Amino acid sequence: MIYREVGDFKTTYRADGQTFPIWFDRIRYYVVLLIAFCVVPFIINDYWLNAVLLPFLIYAIAAIGLNILTGYCGQVSLGTGGFMAVGAYSCYKLMTGFPDLNIMFCVLLSGVITALVGMLFGLPSLRIKGFYLAVATLAAQFFLVWLFNKVAWFYNYSASGQITAPERTIFGYRITGAETSAPVTYLFCLVLVVILAIVARNLTRGHLGRSWMAIRDMDIAAEIIGVNPLKAKLTAFGISSFYIGVAGALLFAVYLGAVEVGEVFGIQKSFLVLFMIIIGGLGSIFGSFAGAAFMVLLPVLLKNVLVGTLGWPTDIATHLEFAIVGALIIVFLILEPHGLAQLWRIIKEKLRLWPFPH
Amino acid sequence: MKLKTLTAMTLVAAMAAPFAATPALADLVFPSLSYRTGPYAANGIPFADGYEDYFKLINARDGGIGGERIKVIECETGYNTEKGVECYESTKGQGALVYQPLSTGITYQLIPKSAADGIPLHTMGYGRTSAANGAVFNTVFNYPANYWNGASAVVNHLLDVNDGDIKGKTLALVYHNSAYGKEPIRTLEELSKKHGFKLTLLPVDHPGQEQKSQWLQIRREKPDFVTMWGWGVMNATAIQEAANIRYPMENFIGVWWSGSENDVRPVGDKADGYKAINFHGVGDDYPVYDDLEKYVYSKGDATGAGDQKGTVLYNRGMYAAMLAVEAAKNAQKIHDTAKITPAMMRDGMEALEITEGKMADLGLPNFGPSFSVSCANHGGPGLASVNQWDAKAGEWKEISSYSESDMDVIGALINADSTAFAKESGITPRECADDGVMASMSKDDIMSEIEAIKARLGELLKAAEAL
Amino acid sequence: MPAEFWYGVEVLLNGLMAGVMYSLVALGFVLIFKASGIFNYAQGVMALFAAQTLVGIQTGQIPFAHIINVVLGTDVHHFGWHVPALLGLVLALVVMIVFAILVEKLVLKHLVNQEPIILFMATIGLAYFMEGFGELMWGADVKRIEIGLPQGGNAWVEENTAFLGGEDFYGFYLDTLDIVATLIAVALVTSLVLFSQYTKTGRALRAVADDHQAALSVGISLRTIWVIVWSIAGFVALVAGVMWGAKSGVQFSLSLIALKALPVLMLGGFTSIPGAIIGGLIIGVGEKMFEFLIGAPFLGGATENWFAYMLALIFLIFRPQGLFGEKIIERV
Repeated sequence: MIYREVGDFKTTYRADGQTFPIWFDRIRYYVVLLIAFCVVPFIINDYWLNAVLLPFLIYAIAAIGLNILTGYCGQVSLGTGGFMAVGAYSCYKLMTGFPDLNIMFCVLLSGVITALVGMLFGLPSLRIKGFYLAVATLAAQFFLVWLFNKVAWFYNYSASGQITAPERTIFGYRITGAETSAPVTYLFCLVLVVILAIVARNLTRGHLGRSWMAIRDMDIAAEIIGVNPLKAKLTAFGISSFYIGVAGALLFAVYLGAVEVGEVFGIQKSFLVLFMIIIGGLGSIFGSFAGAAFMVLLPVLLKNVLVGTLGWPTDIATHLEFAIVGALIIVFLILEPHGLAQLWRIIKEKLRLWPFPH
Repeated sequence: MKLKTLTAMTLVAAMAAPFAATPALADLVFPSLSYRTGPYAANGIPFADGYEDYFKLINARDGGIGGERIKVIECETGYNTEKGVECYESTKGQGALVYQPLSTGITYQLIPKSAADGIPLHTMGYGRTSAANGAVFNTVFNYPANYWNGASAVVNHLLDVNDGDIKGKTLALVYHNSAYGKEPIRTLEELSKKHGFKLTLLPVDHPGQEQKSQWLQIRREKPDFVTMWGWGVMNATAIQEAANIRYPMENFIGVWWSGSENDVRPVGDKADGYKAINFHGVGDDYPVYDDLEKYVYSKGDATGAGDQKGTVLYNRGMYAAMLAVEAAKNAQKIHDTAKITPAMMRDGMEALEITEGKMADLGLPNFGPSFSVSCANHGGPGLASVNQWDAKAGEWKEISSYSESDMDVIGALINADSTAFAKESGITPRECADDGVMASMSKDDIMSEIEAIKARLGELLKAAEAL
Repeated sequence: MPAEFWYGVEVLLNGLMAGVMYSLVALGFVLIFKASGIFNYAQGVMALFAAQTLVGIQTGQIPFAHIINVVLGTDVHHFGWHVPALLGLVLALVVMIVFAILVEKLVLKHLVNQEPIILFMATIGLAYFMEGFGELMWGADVKRIEIGLPQGGNAWVEENTAFLGGEDFYGFYLDTLDIVATLIAVALVTSLVLFSQYTKTGRALRAVADDHQAALSVGISLRTIWVIVWSIAGFVALVAGVMWGAKSGVQFSLSLIALKALPVLMLGGFTSIPGAIIGGLIIGVGEKMFEFLIGAPFLGGATENWFAYMLALIFLIFRPQGLFGEKIIERV
């Protein structure tokens, strides 16, 4: 009833091209932001922050990044974990090397460094395609993890090779270190997520995004109509890695606080983020959020139901959790191969006609 | 289409479902951050079983600690740091007294959190070694022994069997290429300088089921001794490869995490003679097992499948639980209340004293070394024994008594590392009244410390006079 | 010849044999990719599951014992019998065939004509599912495979080659298990080739691999072919699982051998059985020699994991479809 474009007249091209052309969507968007910024920080506690919200926000950034590369530009990458490690270790080196540098700049600069590394490992994509490329990005994954494990300079020669985030503040509020408060770290990540999501959304509908999609849909045809594949692919790798690097930096500095590269940024992480964008929906910013939420919430939820409510032994619960997550992924792919974002689109289509579908 | 809408509805419902159930805060809560799944499950299961069974025994036999019943909350980490954090956060609100994550990675994660929340962390024989410096790491304990003690114990054992001289010999370290495996390197390097042996480093990547290159190298270079810092499948594979190249097993010594039945059994008879250091007793020939049989096993209460009793890691889990219970008793005594808080628990741990008499009373005579913890020394004395695998009998045999490790070297390393940590994270070390690390300090250091105290006293006197 | 040279040869030989072990895993990938265009990530977990099943059947474990005990409050673990090795293998193979039928019925049938990446993700989902399911069924402890495979350094080879390199050389070290694995791999590949050349089903398989639609139009049932292919892949997984399981015990990490097979696939091409074998040999030799010559002396070791991928990557830059892959022809 209220969800329709009828009567919502656009008089400028600008208005016609906006992200949320429907009035209800715009309102919903602002309400979500309002709740996220003004309500959640007051009710958040440590458990919700660390078990649900922080991982969700951080993985959402990583998922947006990978979605740019895989969903928009069609280049499948399994190097996400390695690129997140680049972000984390750059952040660590920046934080310890320049103690006066604001943490916000540390995080963003780590993104820039990751972008450069990502472009370097993106070079083979000019020749290698499809699954061959996916497996080739694994070279980046394994090499980077080995590098950070091996070269002591990256972890400041600490005895165990662990990196620990020192305490940093913004406007006197602690962002990293031991004694952070939940609302502050939450808001810090939220601000980054919102800004990066808006930038990503606008990048993908601009000139650059269109050239990515042209490459994705058929690279030879795109070349013929004048899209430069070198530029398109490398920018996709670069920008995607920027997002992934920021996510890695946040994962290390804000969420975990201490990191060991092989364990945190292993190949499992690459698969996890890939899952998120496929479950969420390739080529959709909303899908990145939905996928991240799904993959973060589902295990926590299953665990709480199986162990907390039903009181089952933890090992059975975990095995069952694996089996259920796996089965759900298959079920999802069968029911809706285009992910949660497509489901959302279908719901919206229905809403437009509701309550008179015929 | 119907199905899709249905899925969407379920999804929305699932997301809105309640998250964590919070039980009442009545009992003494000991969370068990275990891993019964994943690549290291085979090692995680016996430890978790032993840990929980001992608490069950205390509940059934003594009615809890000081009349307060114990509640164990198990949380599965899968040896994964992120899940570990989730477990910590979900259990800390329920009154957790002490955490024992059995993972060096998770320990590093929890050290800052435990300091902020004031919940003690006990990392027995793993974790961050320099946490032994209680002045910097207020809430972290790693008594009775740590990795560096372990490294030193290995070298001491080599010295023992070689009449005190291993100059010019070579020692190869086969290690899990992670934070855990890298811990002993620095100590071994220092010791190699001191004793004049040559150290070769052989990293093995997770999970470690492919070690052909490393063992071919050992076969070529024939190091006189091999020591191992491994975990999970890596241990059994290494021992198998050692047997394959016919490396003399008595020259192959693992750390305590590479010395369980899981590691030697798969290799069969060829593992005979393999050695591992340890900081507690082996086997089930202790009176406490009679009690466990009477109060726990016979009632069908054994944790897990109940097939782990008497194994090395089960004993270790039980030992960890025993130390936790003793610390809790201590805390109850100090603060004169049965309902202790994590902060009181911390005090109890810091004042912990384990004597032979106490252990005998608990049904664990000669199970571990006698030791005491203090404000400055959270690491205990670092005593370790050497076990050897007897494949025919299918059991570990203790072949040496608990002996000292080289605290000159280790004390200095601990001080250096913990000071660096304190500087990096802006911690001002506490003043400790006791002489915990002093035992490990050289005479000059002690003298300069005394001078410092004198100076401080002088200042105080002046201040008092001015008043 | 100096001893160092002969040690190099020894590393080379061991690399070749490690390569065979990688090829065993890679074969399963190739079979499925050829017939259905699916990049089956679950191959590694299938190997784990097959090995778990074999041990479970052999030792007479009751499936799902743990969960039964928890739900019903019973205390059952074993049937109390011991199945001989050969029968165990056959039964495990039957389980893998049932598994193949179920996969076709429950998963593949519903995903016909989806994009490759969706199919790929479905197999990752399958891998998750089987990881959990397998451990629920058979437990998470380390198991030993006892079907009488020899193991340990081969003394005969060692003694008879010791004369080559003088004093400092102890003879070639070759693991008997690896030698057996090599023989089995050769037999496996030969029979696969014979099967696909000379049997009707084999020819149908090749027809499907060539062109799905043409195969359909001459009356070959794609669904039957898929069941057959997944069954064969299940068999290959069983062999790989047994070989790897005999090396390091049957435990969770066994599923990670899939990661060892990926560079082999890149190098050999996803569609070629000889490619999988030769790719495996190149990767095996390459990573072992690199570790021997450069990795261990200069880079501090543990280089094998990433070097295999780097080597494959370098090959790919010159031949983007792998060594034996079908030439990629692109048209607008």
